[in-house]
Amino acid sequence: MIEINEIMKSYGTHENRFQVLKGISTKIERGDFIVILGASGSGKSTLLNIISGLEYPDSGSVKYDGRDITELSDNELTAFRREKVGFIFQQYYLLPNMTVEKNVRMGADLAGNADYPDIIKAVGLEEKRKKYPGELSGGEQQRVAVARALAKRPEVLFLDEPTGALDEQTGRQVLDYICRLQREYPFTIVMVTHNLNIAEMAGTVIRMNSGRILETCTNKLQKNAYEIGW
Amino acid sequence: MVRTMVVGIRDGVKMIGISIISCCAVLVCTMFLNFYVDIRLIEGQILSETAMLFYQAQVSTAKVVCLVSGGCLLLTSVVMLFFYCKHYIDTHKKELGILKALGYSNLKIAANFRVFGISVLLGGLPGFCGAFLLMPLFYELQNKDNILPEITIRFHSVILLYFVVLPTIVFALLAVAYAYFQLKSPVLLLLKDGQQIRGKAGKVKTGKTKADRDEGLPFLTDLGKHTLLEKKILLFFIIFASFCFSSMTQMSAGMKKMASVMMGIMMLIIGIILACTTLFLAIATVIKGNIKTIAMMRVFGYSRKECGRTLLGVYRPAAYVGFVLGTGYQYGLLRLMVDVVFRDIEGVPVYEYDIPVMLLSLILFVIFYETVMYCCSEKIRKISVKEIMLE
Repeated sequence: MIEINEIMKSYGTHENRFQVLKGISTKIERGDFIVILGASGSGKSTLLNIISGLEYPDSGSVKYDGRDITELSDNELTAFRREKVGFIFQQYYLLPNMTVEKNVRMGADLAGNADYPDIIKAVGLEEKRKKYPGELSGGEQQRVAVARALAKRPEVLFLDEPTGALDEQTGRQVLDYICRLQREYPFTIVMVTHNLNIAEMAGTVIRMNSGRILETCTNKLQKNAYEIGW
Repeated sequence: MVRTMVVGIRDGVKMIGISIISCCAVLVCTMFLNFYVDIRLIEGQILSETAMLFYQAQVSTAKVVCLVSGGCLLLTSVVMLFFYCKHYIDTHKKELGILKALGYSNLKIAANFRVFGISVLLGGLPGFCGAFLLMPLFYELQNKDNILPEITIRFHSVILLYFVVLPTIVFALLAVAYAYFQLKSPVLLLLKDGQQIRGKAGKVKTGKTKADRDEGLPFLTDLGKHTLLEKKILLFFIIFASFCFSSMTQMSAGMKKMASVMMGIMMLIIGIILACTTLFLAIATVIKGNIKTIAMMRVFGYSRKECGRTLLGVYRPAAYVGFVLGTGYQYGLLRLMVDVVFRDIEGVPVYEYDIPVMLLSLILFVIFYETVMYCCSEKIRKISVKEIMLE
């Protein structure tokens, strides 16, 4: 379980200081599908970065099964990310000079996962495993990013606007792959998006505005990627 | 308008590597060539046979040093210039692509790269002035036993023209020509930030592809291999840096015995400056070129040590190869000087390979190289995911 307590974060100094997060507290249960919803500048990406151990908050705590990651040193935080979390970003950030397979191995080698070809197969890229990112479409590149993140067998998968750069059809396809993989390899999903429709797929939706949580609601009936609007 | 968008005088000034190498090259070459021209003027005043032999040896030394050092440093400067141009184009592909898309011709854009010639001027001028400052001491040491009549220092404008003015113009033209050919890439390729479309229709692949060959390699090994092969020019710079360190430190010890302490110190300083400049330039480029990869590796949980070992550690063998080459070069050059150039001169010390000096130089090199690597791996520690997200 992840417990987030009174997270505060600001950027800049003196008169240019801007408070991005103003005391965020919430809980995320193991195996949940959480969507953090909010407009640009609401602080959702900063919150994701802090929960995932990419950034330190100014104050507050983020506890994974009772272990506060905000107290960890840089090296300990690196080890934490290595063991616990996976990331998928809007811009994919694949290594352009490496094949699909090698990009996936970037994650797989960290967990000593020799079964990574199964994940490549699961995202439907078995035929393209020798291709380079430049030879793939946007959707295919995002599926490589999905495979790379899951190949390290994370306990929590963090997604920052994963469909932001994709068209509707491809976006649905990528989300469908992620949900199907969650059933196969159980992990917690924390996704940041400004797309209201995607929230219908989540178990829990956290709505943010101006650095605060406006409301947290639970979906009794989670829709799949092809049932939601776009 | 184009200049402010693409390349400005500041960019020319930033090419400190070329400036430093130019400074060293011009300093050494000016000193020896000026000496060569001045000593030739006193040829008629030499009466004894011993003096004539000494005169001929001095003329040959000046020629050899000028040609070998000047030639090596000139070649390195040219390679470095091309590297800077290519690196500049690689890192500014989008801006260049936009200009091309707007209708600016390749030549018009490439013409702005002429400011890169400034780097040669900025290095050459101090080198030229420095040579004249050191010349009185240098002339005195070259003729310390007064075997030759007094050699007067004269200013030869042709040397200024050959070593400062012409290289500035030639380097500016080379930069323009090189940029012109590099800019011939299609606009779309530039705009897509050089993401290469590999293996598309038209390329017939036979036998095992590169990807097939690398299939079994772990990610880190493969990444290291890619880093090494992607920019082979950096391999050259790292070999050159260790070559300079090795040859100049060992040669400076030999020069102390055979020529003068001043010559030895001068060589040592030049060697260390060249080695530092080139090594820092190469390593900084490796890190800058892999900033996104490093950021993603750090995000995924690869440690700083793993990133450093993978991206920087692969150059270590090349550095030691450079050291061996430098050792061989300095031995060959000093052997040539003693056995050929000074063959007929009496009183020239016997030259033998100095193993303790080589070992000392090796120890210093290991300390120097590993310190640079440590400093650079500290740079890696500071790279965060924001580096890639803020683009």
